[in-house]
Amino acid sequence: MEDNTNKTAAVKERKVKGRVEIDIQKCKGCELCTTACKEHALALSETINIKGYRYIIANNDACTGCVNCALVCPDAVITVYRTHPKKKPVDITPENIREQLQTMISPSK
Amino acid sequence: MPTEEHVLPDTALDVIAPACHDEEEYEMVYHKPSTMVNVAMHYCPGCAHSLVHKLIMEVVEEMDIQEKTIGIAPVGCSVFAYEYMDIDMQEAAHGRACAVATGIKKLMPDKYVFTYQGDGDLAAIGIAETLHAINRGENILIVFMNNAVYGMTSGQMAPTTLAGMHTTTSPDGRDVSYYGAPIKVSELMANLPGAFYVTRQAVNSANAVRRTKKALQNAFKYQQLHKGTCLIEIIGNCPSNWKMTPVEASKFIDEEMVKTFPLGDIKVPKGV
Amino acid sequence: MKGNEAMAEAAILAGCDAYFGYPITPQSEVLEYLAREMPKHNRIVMQAESEVASINMVYGAAGAGFRAMTSSSSPGISLMQEGISYIAGAELPCLIVNVNRAGPGLGTIQPGQGDYFQSVKGGGHGDYKMIVLAPASVQEMADFVYLGFDLADKYRNPVLMLSDGAIGQMMEKVQFKPYTRPAVDKSWATTGKPKTRNRNYITSLFIQPERMEQHNLKLEEKFKKIRENEVRFEEINTADAEYLFVAYGLSARICQKAMDIAREKGIKIGLLRPITLYPYPYKRLEELAAQVKMMLSVELNSGQMVEDVRLAVNGKVPVEFYGRMGGMMPTPEEIVHHLETLIQYHHAN
Repeated sequence: MEDNTNKTAAVKERKVKGRVEIDIQKCKGCELCTTACKEHALALSETINIKGYRYIIANNDACTGCVNCALVCPDAVITVYRTHPKKKPVDITPENIREQLQTMISPSK
Repeated sequence: MPTEEHVLPDTALDVIAPACHDEEEYEMVYHKPSTMVNVAMHYCPGCAHSLVHKLIMEVVEEMDIQEKTIGIAPVGCSVFAYEYMDIDMQEAAHGRACAVATGIKKLMPDKYVFTYQGDGDLAAIGIAETLHAINRGENILIVFMNNAVYGMTSGQMAPTTLAGMHTTTSPDGRDVSYYGAPIKVSELMANLPGAFYVTRQAVNSANAVRRTKKALQNAFKYQQLHKGTCLIEIIGNCPSNWKMTPVEASKFIDEEMVKTFPLGDIKVPKGV
Repeated sequence: MKGNEAMAEAAILAGCDAYFGYPITPQSEVLEYLAREMPKHNRIVMQAESEVASINMVYGAAGAGFRAMTSSSSPGISLMQEGISYIAGAELPCLIVNVNRAGPGLGTIQPGQGDYFQSVKGGGHGDYKMIVLAPASVQEMADFVYLGFDLADKYRNPVLMLSDGAIGQMMEKVQFKPYTRPAVDKSWATTGKPKTRNRNYITSLFIQPERMEQHNLKLEEKFKKIRENEVRFEEINTADAEYLFVAYGLSARICQKAMDIAREKGIKIGLLRPITLYPYPYKRLEELAAQVKMMLSVELNSGQMVEDVRLAVNGKVPVEFYGRMGGMMPTPEEIVHHLETLIQYHHAN
């Protein structure tokens, strides 16, 4: 089961996963992205790239694909991927919620 | 029947999606625009220039107007803008970008023409060309990068340097009684009837970037209305000459710069 | 027609797409004429906020592949020098007209020829040259517009027409010959980048010294070709000449009169009138140096073109100078008087 860090009460929300790719040779380690990331998924590396800059490495497990890091990146080194950000929510009414959840959790049954 | 491992939530409205694995489809939601040349940019780490280049090129890509856009690069740190933006560009003499833009736009009124200028370029040596282009209501976009210093020549005072700010030519802080107060270009130019859309934005946070991008999108759309000049003043950082880290510089904008240069729309067209 | 107006009409007939200018005596008529006429032909005419803005608007229009021109008089041309240097460095074609007035500084509105150095040796910074055409009549003021535009396009270089306040203001008959604008390759212009080509950029910045030197050498090659192919001049009565007037523009017209008077007095003098001040007719002067006993350069300045005459002649014969400044016109008689004095002096020594 996932860690429910993204649980938002009273809102139908799908938890999405994100992934970033960083062009580490063009990254200048300015750290504007690390401040922009709400999930603290970005950090400065210990090693340096060709230009001598420490670059940013990402913890993709924590990434939600919110794009904030890529927006503030001055050098456009970040590419962001996200799983189906706007999947159609399942039709759920309070009566059949248990059956719906059961189907989702154990599809084989 | 739910098994013991599957615990149903207490609140009915909490819907939990199935776990996403790596085999799951990820779609690309953000990438460097194809309208940028695929080279590393020479700007200092954290510099606002490369960020704004990226935003402008995103708009050009999204609107599919690469073939119709001509940019004018200034003299300053962004003098090499034409190395990074994959559009036709002209390099203007210091301060003259608005005159060069006028020459181009008058002959090709259906193209998208924008100037990209810094403080010295637009507000010092080029103030006459800037003012008259806006007064004529030239249908161009002026992107004004305001970082309160002269970056390329290593940190001299600019017309927009804050009162008391230390630069290489105001080593004891800008003396307002000698040099005057920092010029608020957007407010000044918004008074001209030829100015159609004037706004001051920043790019020091994700939300600020989103707002600036929206401003750029608006400005490019407005060009086709032929109703006047769009001026977007962008408060950018200059970590090198402010002697701060990029993160500190972003904070400085929020804490100090916006006191002199408040962000927001200054002149918004009605009914567009 | 007035010289300035003939030039303006020729600009329209030459297919000038855009004129950007600023009023200054003695050439405001150009802007006024074009402000009336250009819109009738759907061309762009604009009174810019200064000469600085004018030349930069020309840069933009020329960089986008259009035929652009501007005109001004000496103090305004001084303001344009930065822009001209950029235009030359970026290899853009355009036509600039200087209706020379006497200076320096604010000077006077009367004609002068004190901008020779500025025009020919380079008024802007750096190693560049402009093709400089010097009209001596209203007809030439018109003809040199077509020529100027064509040369500018041929070499991708700015061309300067160096007129003066007298020729600009005088009224003479003029004929506008039929003209078709030649097709020119403008694939380098900034018209908006289609998928089929790389982006074009217009710049005079080459920050690496190796590249800058290469660029300068390329420009020098161009100027060499110009010197080899575009020299133009007019010779009158040189076949049997023992003495030679060298003068351009207005002073050439006065020298023609002086030549007639001198001939009547038995002095065998001819006139060489350079039409292109750059490229200068060094070769022809060198040839004439073998024939004549003395050359007299007559100018409305303190002695500028005379240096080029001396360069051409290289000491073979004496080269003398006669000039008036401040807008004062020498009379043909006083020129002849000076000529006679010089002939006597050289005969005695």
